[in-house]
Amino acid sequence: MPYDPMLVQPMREEMTSMGFDELTTGAEVDEFMAESAGTKLLVVNSVCGCAAGMARPGVRLALQRLGKPDRLGTVFAGQDLEATERARSYFADYPPSSPSMALFKDGELVHFVPRHQIEGRAAEMVAEDLAAALEAHCAPAI
Amino acid sequence: MTIFHEDRHELHGITVVVETVGPLTYIGRCHEIDDENVVLIDVDVHEDGPDGRSKDEFIQKAARVGVWTKHKRLVVPVAEVTSVRRLGEIAVE
Repeated sequence: MPYDPMLVQPMREEMTSMGFDELTTGAEVDEFMAESAGTKLLVVNSVCGCAAGMARPGVRLALQRLGKPDRLGTVFAGQDLEATERARSYFADYPPSSPSMALFKDGELVHFVPRHQIEGRAAEMVAEDLAAALEAHCAPAI
Repeated sequence: MTIFHEDRHELHGITVVVETVGPLTYIGRCHEIDDENVVLIDVDVHEDGPDGRSKDEFIQKAARVGVWTKHKRLVVPVAEVTSVRRLGEIAVE
C-alpha cells in the first residue's frame, strides 16, 4: 500500500529542488526518454530510509561535482506505479530495486546503481560512485 | 525527511547474502534477525548442483546487477546459517 502522499511530498521535493523533472505517468517517462541525444539521469526514488535516506543527499552531492547530465528525471517507487514500471522497462536487464539510478548517454544505458550499492552507505560514498560515472559520461557543469 | 526503522536489527533493509550449512544460499533484503531466524524479503535462492551455476557465480551476478525476486518472504533458521554478509560489500570481479 502506498504511503500517505503528504508523507512522501518532502521526498519528492528533495528531488525537484535539485532540478529533477518528476515523472508520474508512463507517458511522461516515455517523453523523458524519447530524445536519445545527450545524457540523462533517471532516479527511482523511494521512501525507505535504509537506502533512500542517503540516496537523495548522495545525488545532490554528486551533481555538485564536474559532470552534469543534460536532463534529470525521477519516478517514485511505490507511489507512481505506472511511471516506475515504465522507467524500469528502460533498464530491464537489472532487477527492480529502489532507490536506484540509471545514467543514459545517447539513448544507451551507461551506468546503473542498484539499491544494494546504496543501502547502508554514507551520502558521500553514494556520491563518489555516481560522480565518477557523471564525470566519465557527461559534460562538465558550468 | 526520511523513514528509518531504528527499532530493527542493524541489517534491517540491507540486502544480504545468507550462506548455510547445506546447499542453499539466499540473497535478499534482511527484515529481521533474532535468536531463531533470519527473515528475508524479496529473495533469490541458489542451490548448488541443479542449474550448473556455482554459488560464487550466483553471488557475483547479484553483486553486479541485484536480486531477481523468486520469493517474497523466506525464513531461514539461524541454526542453518553460517554467514550473513552485505551484498554491497562483495567485490565485483
